[in-house]
Amino acid sequence: MATGAAFSGWLHRAADSDIWWSFKSSPMTIAAATATFLIVAVAFLSPVLAPHTPFDPATLNLSDGLKPPVLLSADGDWRFPLGTDDQGRDILSSIMYGTRLSLLVGLASVVVAMALGIVLGLLSGYLGGTVDAVIMRVADVQLTFPAILVALLIDGVVRGLISVKRHDEIAVFVIVGAIGLSFWVQYARTVRGSVMVEKNKEYVQAARVIGLSPLLIMVRHVLPNVTGPVLVIATINLGLAIITEATLSFLGVGLPSTQPSLGTLIRLGNEVLQSGDWWITVFPGATLAALVLAVNLLGDWLRDALNPKLR
Amino acid sequence: MPDGSSGQFVRIAGLKRYFDVSAPWLVRMLERRPRQIVQAVDGIDIEIAKGETFSLVGESGCGKSTVARLVVGLYPPTAGRIEFDGNDMAGRRSGADMAALRRRMQMIFQDPYASLNPRWRVFDIIAEPIRAFGLSSDKADLEKRVGDLLRQVRLTPADGRKFPHEFSGGQRQRISIARALASQPEFLVCDEPTSALDVSVQAQILNLMVDLQRRFGLTYLFISHNLAVVYHISTRVGVMYLGRLVEVAPTETLFTRPKHPYTRMLLDTIPDLDMTGRQRSPVAGEVPSPINPPSGCTFHPRCPFAQDRCRAERPVPIAIEGGTVACHAIEEGRLPVEERTYVANS
Amino acid sequence: MAAPSNNPPLLEVKNLRVEFPTRRGTLLAVDDVSFDIAPGEVLGVVGESGAGKSLTGNAIIGLLEPPGRIAGGEIRLEGRRIDDLPYEEMRKVRGARIGAIFQDPLTSLNPLYSVGHQLIETIQTHLPLSSAEARTRALDLLKEVGIPGAETRIDHYPHQFSGGMRQRVVIALALCAGPRLIVADEPTTALDVSIQAQIIALLKRLCREHGTAVMLVTHDMGVIAETADRVAVMYAGRIAEIGPVRDVVKHAKHPYTKGLMGSIPSLGVRTERLTQIDGAMPRLTEIPTGCAFNPRCTERGGRCLVERPDLMAVGATRAACWQHDRGGVGPAIVREAVDA
Repeated sequence: MATGAAFSGWLHRAADSDIWWSFKSSPMTIAAATATFLIVAVAFLSPVLAPHTPFDPATLNLSDGLKPPVLLSADGDWRFPLGTDDQGRDILSSIMYGTRLSLLVGLASVVVAMALGIVLGLLSGYLGGTVDAVIMRVADVQLTFPAILVALLIDGVVRGLISVKRHDEIAVFVIVGAIGLSFWVQYARTVRGSVMVEKNKEYVQAARVIGLSPLLIMVRHVLPNVTGPVLVIATINLGLAIITEATLSFLGVGLPSTQPSLGTLIRLGNEVLQSGDWWITVFPGATLAALVLAVNLLGDWLRDALNPKLR
Repeated sequence: MPDGSSGQFVRIAGLKRYFDVSAPWLVRMLERRPRQIVQAVDGIDIEIAKGETFSLVGESGCGKSTVARLVVGLYPPTAGRIEFDGNDMAGRRSGADMAALRRRMQMIFQDPYASLNPRWRVFDIIAEPIRAFGLSSDKADLEKRVGDLLRQVRLTPADGRKFPHEFSGGQRQRISIARALASQPEFLVCDEPTSALDVSVQAQILNLMVDLQRRFGLTYLFISHNLAVVYHISTRVGVMYLGRLVEVAPTETLFTRPKHPYTRMLLDTIPDLDMTGRQRSPVAGEVPSPINPPSGCTFHPRCPFAQDRCRAERPVPIAIEGGTVACHAIEEGRLPVEERTYVANS
Repeated sequence: MAAPSNNPPLLEVKNLRVEFPTRRGTLLAVDDVSFDIAPGEVLGVVGESGAGKSLTGNAIIGLLEPPGRIAGGEIRLEGRRIDDLPYEEMRKVRGARIGAIFQDPLTSLNPLYSVGHQLIETIQTHLPLSSAEARTRALDLLKEVGIPGAETRIDHYPHQFSGGMRQRVVIALALCAGPRLIVADEPTTALDVSIQAQIIALLKRLCREHGTAVMLVTHDMGVIAETADRVAVMYAGRIAEIGPVRDVVKHAKHPYTKGLMGSIPSLGVRTERLTQIDGAMPRLTEIPTGCAFNPRCTERGGRCLVERPDLMAVGATRAACWQHDRGGVGPAIVREAVDA
């Protein structure tokens, strides 16, 4: 009962909040949120929704290969609405599974980057001095390498250390780590800046007066007050992380073709593009563009909604 | 009285706090700039008796807020000693003993919009010191305590469920006071507690502070730039200028028989609400930078009574009429003490 | 348009209403405010934060921050209506006829230009002077507002001045084109007491010497008592009382003004407790019906709960309180019945 009341109270406050209001009054944001929700829902329900399981070799039939999209050709096959690739894999199903993988990799690498950035930013901002100087110089160095380069570097090192077969198994973790490691700087800098503002506020001093440890003050007082900007960066970075993963996969250093993400699909399609089989690469490409655009629009909105100056 | 060194409740001796505001080392080397040290607090002595309200007044940058923060331990002193009920605050002691001392002193801050964590509910804000010092074991007791505290500051226990932004400035300052009282302290350091509030609300808060003092036998160190407020609330007053105490006196004496030229100047600047036609004599000059304070008596560039000795020699506080004054002119008897009268504003 | 009176007021504000559209409905922040300022007069406008005093000042200088807007009434300067001027026209009036001084001198000065540059630019915008003449005038202005060593200080940047000196520069900037009216919004609040006295003395002297009228917006009754000729006390977006400063300060007619004066600690008598007004000014969303002050008023009657009082004359003062109406405050009310 108590939790029910608390939840309805929370619901009431949420419905009454400025954020919900700014959401309701922006058609663009509603469209973006709807698109994101649809893509995410379809992607994660792909084992249920997808007409085929494209990466189970037992279900593939080479005679189904290179069928064009159904609406654009006379001999269209309704079993493959968006056509098939040279192996006879259904493009629609590939996209659904690929989107799921892209989203998972994107989210995971954002979480890695965020965790790393928040911890380092908090330490840097709250402790200051030498700790701050060291962390920020590392961040400066990190920023001189483009994200792709860092990812390539890490991937290359890992490949050198383990066998190709092992690498395919842990490819997801390698790529998540690589993207996460190349995106932490932005979080760390933002958190550090916010912490330096917050730590001089009187409520933090009030906590120091009662003798709380710096760790407790950081976690209980400072952290909740710097989450707003972090959330904004996370949303905008999600799009960026998905793109980076796609780029790496396109370059062939990302996910292997046995477990293709959208980027891998685009690469595979690109190889046969010259022969006129455009659908293999265009549909995954369009899905990627739509997903990233929707997520970015959401991020833009969130940034404006949380910015007290614009409210 | 564990140390037994002094009968005073709070004793501050030779307290100094310098801040290094130099540019980074590399910049200093490249541009050949010297190190810059702000002497925020430059050797002050204060004794506060139990149950009294000792006020520190002065203009911005005189170091009064730094003294407040030194006393509650937000900054370590550069030099000097702070004793609280006979305990040297810098002494080595176990964490539990330190917590026991901290529990007995609390601080009220100036800005009621910054002193409450915006993400916390009022209940948790007030309960934090109780939890931190382990003063309450079960939930029911905690709820009762917080409810009582809210009632003491004329709010209701139901207000505990709200967030700070749902309250006005005056109400927020009441919440700050409730929090400060949560650990049942004996000594409260109040840093400009009413200067961010409107006058009618200021009166509410000052009255509340007086009521609480009487009820719990609290001792206050009250920091303010508002002389009328200080006159109203204090037992004794210390006047600060550029990190030093220039005069300490019982309140009536300070306001009716001010001695230091700076004190007189400050009293001249109090707005005349009684419409007596008294001209506020605008004082020439501004407070110099505490980075390179003037030699000797730091007030000498603005002082109409300054002589060579004032420029060369730092005056030491001398006892006079129940207080102390650090001024060569007073010491030498060149500056007679004048009686001041005020018309009550009825 | 011919002025009907021989001695027309410099500024006339009639039934001014300022509103803020929000998603919870439109808030009326300034509600039916009327007053005049005579040439050379200092009108103080006091009130607590949120009373609408700064908005009234901003409405007059045409600098209401959106989404705030003038929703009714009119503002006339020297008989000419200025509240409906297009932005560019108003900008000219603002520099030439009305000067503005704000609380924080740093926000009024551009940190990238020397104060001399900013003064000369402002002078040349409004007066047909050559660069050399404008510089001479800028120098004169700096000397007039009491900046020592004006000849060298003119080329300094705002950050090289102390707070008090910066506010003097802002005053010089407001005086550039010889305005008839200065709207000063909390000009001394950010300054130390000893500097406050200097700035007030300066404002008083300038207005005496130039015959400039001043609308002095502040929360500090002490500043008003020393500086103003007349004072308007604002509460919850309306004028509660307006009259000669001596009458208002010493013999307040509105219960709010009385409470306000009593709550200021004064030297001379040390009372155990200050007079306090219980409660706080209502938020704009929760202004009670009848007199906006009624929930905090110790002298209210039944009429105060339902009928809103307009300003009514009491001697030289006008106060918005039913006490001063022939009908009185109405039947006494049982406190519990209302508070419940």
